[in-house]
Amino acid sequence: MSKARLMQGNEACAEGAIAAGVNFFAGYPITPSTEIAESMAKLLPKKDGTFLQMEDEIASFGAVLGASLAGAKAMDATSGPGFSLKQELIGYGACAEIPCVLVDVQRVGPSTGQPTAPSQGDIMQVRWGTHGDHPVIALSPWSVRETFDLTVRAVNYSERFRTPVILLMDEMVGHLRERVELPESVEVYPRRRPHESRAEGYEPYRPASDGVPDTADFGQGYHIHVTGLIHDGTGFPAGSPTVTRDDIRRLHKKIERVGEEIIHVEESFLEDARFAVVAMGGTARTAYEAVREARKEGIPVGLLRLITVWPFADAALLRLAERVDSILVAELSYGQLVREVDRAVHGKARVELCGKYDMTSLTPAEILANIRKLAGRDA
Amino acid sequence: MMERSYEKYFREGRLPHIWCPGCGNGLAMKAIVMAIEEKGLPQDETVIVSGIGCSSRASGYMDFDTLHTAHGRAIPFATGIKLANPRLHVIVITGDGDCTAIGGNHFIHGCRRNVDLTVIMFNNEIYGMTGGQGSPTTPLDRLTTTAPYGTSVRPFDACHIAMAAGATYVGRSTAYHVRHLAKLIGEGIDNKGFSFIEAYVQCPTAYGRKNRLGSGADMMKHMRDSAVMLSAWEKLPADKRQGKFPIGCFLKREVEDFNTSYEELVDRAGGVR
Repeated sequence: MSKARLMQGNEACAEGAIAAGVNFFAGYPITPSTEIAESMAKLLPKKDGTFLQMEDEIASFGAVLGASLAGAKAMDATSGPGFSLKQELIGYGACAEIPCVLVDVQRVGPSTGQPTAPSQGDIMQVRWGTHGDHPVIALSPWSVRETFDLTVRAVNYSERFRTPVILLMDEMVGHLRERVELPESVEVYPRRRPHESRAEGYEPYRPASDGVPDTADFGQGYHIHVTGLIHDGTGFPAGSPTVTRDDIRRLHKKIERVGEEIIHVEESFLEDARFAVVAMGGTARTAYEAVREARKEGIPVGLLRLITVWPFADAALLRLAERVDSILVAELSYGQLVREVDRAVHGKARVELCGKYDMTSLTPAEILANIRKLAGRDA
Repeated sequence: MMERSYEKYFREGRLPHIWCPGCGNGLAMKAIVMAIEEKGLPQDETVIVSGIGCSSRASGYMDFDTLHTAHGRAIPFATGIKLANPRLHVIVITGDGDCTAIGGNHFIHGCRRNVDLTVIMFNNEIYGMTGGQGSPTTPLDRLTTTAPYGTSVRPFDACHIAMAAGATYVGRSTAYHVRHLAKLIGEGIDNKGFSFIEAYVQCPTAYGRKNRLGSGADMMKHMRDSAVMLSAWEKLPADKRQGKFPIGCFLKREVEDFNTSYEELVDRAGGVR
């Protein structure tokens, strides 16, 4: 462990990226994510890396995709409006299977919304923002230290599954300052490499045994073709129903097949709970405090915190619903996460929303009041 | 006369190409490989990056590492490639719509940033792949499917934009002048910085037919008759310039390329390369 430092969530994201081997960052200024770009601008030139401020949000993510294809571990960071602009290229990254990380530090929307004010209103855009069927991995930290850890995990998942991974932060965690001790080194998933030569019939998009292709980097002599058109194992477009179905199915299966291995949740006070709060990111911290207060009042309530937001923790939610009577979903939106929780529990528990969308974060007292109501104790 | 040795630059299994009979894109693509051959670029260390549209299908036919990006975004992707691996020679193939409409912002900032890229814009003055809609380079009073009563907005001169925005090599030639075009592309490859070459190509199908410009061959005769080498153009009186356009190298300037500047930045930051 390094010595303790006072650090912001956004800074910890940059530190995590460097630790995980990110050596290319392209970005565009946008609040409340800008400190990530600023930190990378400071750190990367010292580490044999490239920092690039691009002309717009689309260009920055395009440069990230190009850099990754040329062998770099690449990252970009943005917030709502910028995240909206990048959607087409997120789909490109998913289709062409390009490892990279995109950080979205959420702020109030729609449109320009309320810059710098906290929100968790991008959870569905993360999943469905780009057009067409595609898989998504999104991780959401609740502390400065966890921002470091999940950035590392995001980089590693992007390399392992060859897909863009979204670090879904919120303004609360992005701008939160905490005392942290960071590890000296972290485990890094290396870039996948071809195991055959061209003469042996190497195909850049033929899946390896784990369903993920060992695509060569540019400049390795493989003469690969990369396209956003639906393609077969050769990487070239093919206008056939079979190829289209197989390509889209494989994109999903390469992530579905690992199941719960990458779906991380954290349970607190749930052993004997009859009620549960489900939350993510900064709101989960508030919920944790509210649950502790409720416990003091004798309410048997616990917290299920989503660390992996996508793929969604369907199995964990279903298990939870089989144990508790009701679930309170605390989130900073008009109600997005709640719909997904409601879907996942298959009617086995009552699901209520504790949502907020007035540019302030939820308070422990607000969540506590909703827990009391859930437990039938509203006086 | 140079030995014909271009076959090795093409993926024969991917041919024939999808371009219409009479299209000029094949000639522009050939000019690119002529320049690559002439300059001796190593095939394993050259990357062809393209956008979306008729022009941008060229990448799939060329036997290099090739990247067919999203519409308008070839220059940002290429920028990432060149900065992540400066050893690579990066050539961008784009079209008039791709480069000057949806990718216009990337185009001007690419010129300003001066990353060592060679950008060849196939200018057929139309959106060909989608069936003949007007592009930012369609001349005035032409018929397109989205201008059934004639275009009413002045066209861009992409070379003027590139020169104003800071490109360090700018030139134009045509599909008729394929050797001249190859020479300009070669000069663009030699230039260590952002080079922009406009390759004026004919689209007899989506543009020529609607405007009664004749066959592909007729459109190339028009190029032959109306393109004027820059040195001659400069001597032409204004009234003689009517209906003609200049070709040649319009600009070459010495400006440090981005990678070199970035290496200096790394030194200032105390970093190690």
